[in-house]
Amino acid sequence: MQPIHLAWVDYAILLAYTAFVIGIGWALRRYLKTSSDYLTSGRSIPAWVTGLAFMAANLGALELVGMAANGAQYGIATAHFYWVGAIPAMIFLAVFMMPFYYGSKARSVPEYLNMRFDYRTRCVNSISFAVMTVFASGISMDCLARLLALLLPWQFDWNIVGHHFGSYDVYLYICSGVVLVYVLKGGLTSAIYTEVLQFFMIVLGFAPVVWLGFKDVGGWDALKGKLAEVAQNPAALSLNDKSFAPDAWSSAWKPILAGSAHNPMGVNVFAMVFGLGFVLSFGYWCTNFLVVQRAMAAKDMSAARRTPLIATVPKMLFPVLVILPGMLAVALASMPSKLYRLPPMAISDTAFVQAMADLKGATPATADAAFDKISKDVGLKMNKTKLAAIIKANSVHSIADSELKIELQDAVSDNYYNGVILSLIHRYCPSGLLGLALTALLASFMSGMAGNVTAFNTIWTYDLYQAYIAPKKSDRHYFVVGQATTVVGIVLSIFCAYFASHYSNAMNIIQLVFGFVNAPLFATFLLGMFWARATSTGAFLGLVGGTLTSALFHALTLASGDVPGIKGGYLAVVQTFPSEMAQNFWLASFAFSVCFILTLVISLATQRTKSDAELKGLVYSLTPKLKDDEQHFLLRPAVLGTILLIACVILNIIFW
Amino acid sequence: MGLDIRWPIGIMFTLISVLLIIEGIFTGPSDKALGMNVDLWWGIVLLVFGVGMLLGAARGGKKESDGGK
Repeated sequence: MQPIHLAWVDYAILLAYTAFVIGIGWALRRYLKTSSDYLTSGRSIPAWVTGLAFMAANLGALELVGMAANGAQYGIATAHFYWVGAIPAMIFLAVFMMPFYYGSKARSVPEYLNMRFDYRTRCVNSISFAVMTVFASGISMDCLARLLALLLPWQFDWNIVGHHFGSYDVYLYICSGVVLVYVLKGGLTSAIYTEVLQFFMIVLGFAPVVWLGFKDVGGWDALKGKLAEVAQNPAALSLNDKSFAPDAWSSAWKPILAGSAHNPMGVNVFAMVFGLGFVLSFGYWCTNFLVVQRAMAAKDMSAARRTPLIATVPKMLFPVLVILPGMLAVALASMPSKLYRLPPMAISDTAFVQAMADLKGATPATADAAFDKISKDVGLKMNKTKLAAIIKANSVHSIADSELKIELQDAVSDNYYNGVILSLIHRYCPSGLLGLALTALLASFMSGMAGNVTAFNTIWTYDLYQAYIAPKKSDRHYFVVGQATTVVGIVLSIFCAYFASHYSNAMNIIQLVFGFVNAPLFATFLLGMFWARATSTGAFLGLVGGTLTSALFHALTLASGDVPGIKGGYLAVVQTFPSEMAQNFWLASFAFSVCFILTLVISLATQRTKSDAELKGLVYSLTPKLKDDEQHFLLRPAVLGTILLIACVILNIIFW
Repeated sequence: MGLDIRWPIGIMFTLISVLLIIEGIFTGPSDKALGMNVDLWWGIVLLVFGVGMLLGAARGGKKESDGGK
């Protein structure tokens, strides 16, 4: 990645954002009196704020960068994550589940599980969630520190008390420090407010980039035309070895309905709708405390129910902002006059040494052998023609090392999809807009850490500390513990960031574990909220069984083209899937089903431990229906939800 | 929660829009941005947004004090 040159105005914007974020935390501190204020915002925030925060909490590093990456690799089918996955789940949460979360006065999702079932299910959920949030926070910080080390011109090389601190370390600590200050002072409210700020930064920072890219390509029809060319020969851009129908990148449903061999994602309609649309999406949006916590912070029940609904509106339109750039990048890369290429995977510093030596020693006569050797040195797919051209030019006229390095890097043909959004920002943004777009990117990474730390905070303080370690203390005690946990949470995140930075597989491992845990969880909640007969033992064993099924499924299956190991199949390969996504979606479907069936069967075989009276307000059939008649017709959750669902269906039809 | 979020949003974006407008005036149209002076134009858009937020916050504060009477 070429170094990006930042001007005074870019630094000024970054500084302004940082100052405001800390300032918000500082300004909020005098409103925080109780532990409830600190950890759950005292349930006082208006619906539009919680709605935007609900959506923004999910917009971390992986989402922003990853969606553009997927948009490049898979085209508009990526929008299914939003239009088939997230939106229906958010509507379901608002209409059916919020009454239980909010009405039960549970302060967290595990606390709801404790009320509905017992301490065992709560324990499993809080521990797995606590671990996941800390890792998610660490990953955000790792991405942030690496990006800053790449972009900012100040390099560090300090030695303090025998420890070495490089640029990455310094930026990591500075960013952690900023997050620490505003979350420590302002608690959850601080995190929520900065998430809303971040939301506007992203919309206002990315919109011009997308608009410029769109104009550059020449409009939607031109885009479709270019993508049609690419779809028939994706190998030219190193996207995919197969060939697809012309609409594979610009049509969301047809290539999937045609079967797993006919779309770049390699999934069929069942895996997509059930695995992604139902299990994974509902599992995330309906049970993940990071987002649910924002809805629970709303000022009353009707605001709480409207929160996810409000969030669906920007969510429906977000594909334009985050997925379209990926598609535009692919179109641009296929237009030679635009002088753009998809960013290549980076050659590591150690690999460079050997590769450079081999490159300098090569001649046009030995070009073929050199190609094989260099490809092995670098560990990535190389472009033979480009490499031959470099060798030829170098033999005529010795090229300077720095120039040679750049050309060698450019000869890599494996794409670094995560770099697409940054490459577009670099391409179109002059100073000023550059600062805005980069600050938006950094803001989302930072709030990825803050959001996860506040979720961790609440889970630890209420579900683990208060529940098992020190119950029945004063509220002041828990307030202080909450603040201390903020510090601990950030320290743990820093450790996780280092872990992620040292093991390139770390992100894969962590996403794997998320998948294991999320998939069966929704089955537990579904049965818990809608079936009074579900027993505590049933829920506990079902959840454990479902999670183990995930692990087992992963150990026995593999995606085609992968090697057994971290990607699966390390016990035996019983089934191969056309792609990793397909493997993920099927894993989720299996885990969900096993958890559902186990919970069902074991519940029927065990005694209920809670009476109907105890379950009032926690189960659908035992809760008086909420009277929505006083509200204006259009504001009633069920009505609003239906309207939004119809809007979503219309979107699906337009991009059919 | 005591602090209306529209205040910090409004102030920050107004500030950023001013920075962008100044940069736009000094550097003029940019080749990168397909020949447009995107800093200036987008700066103006952000200014409208920021001021809009501030007006919303000011009106929100007034409504509360009127309602309190």
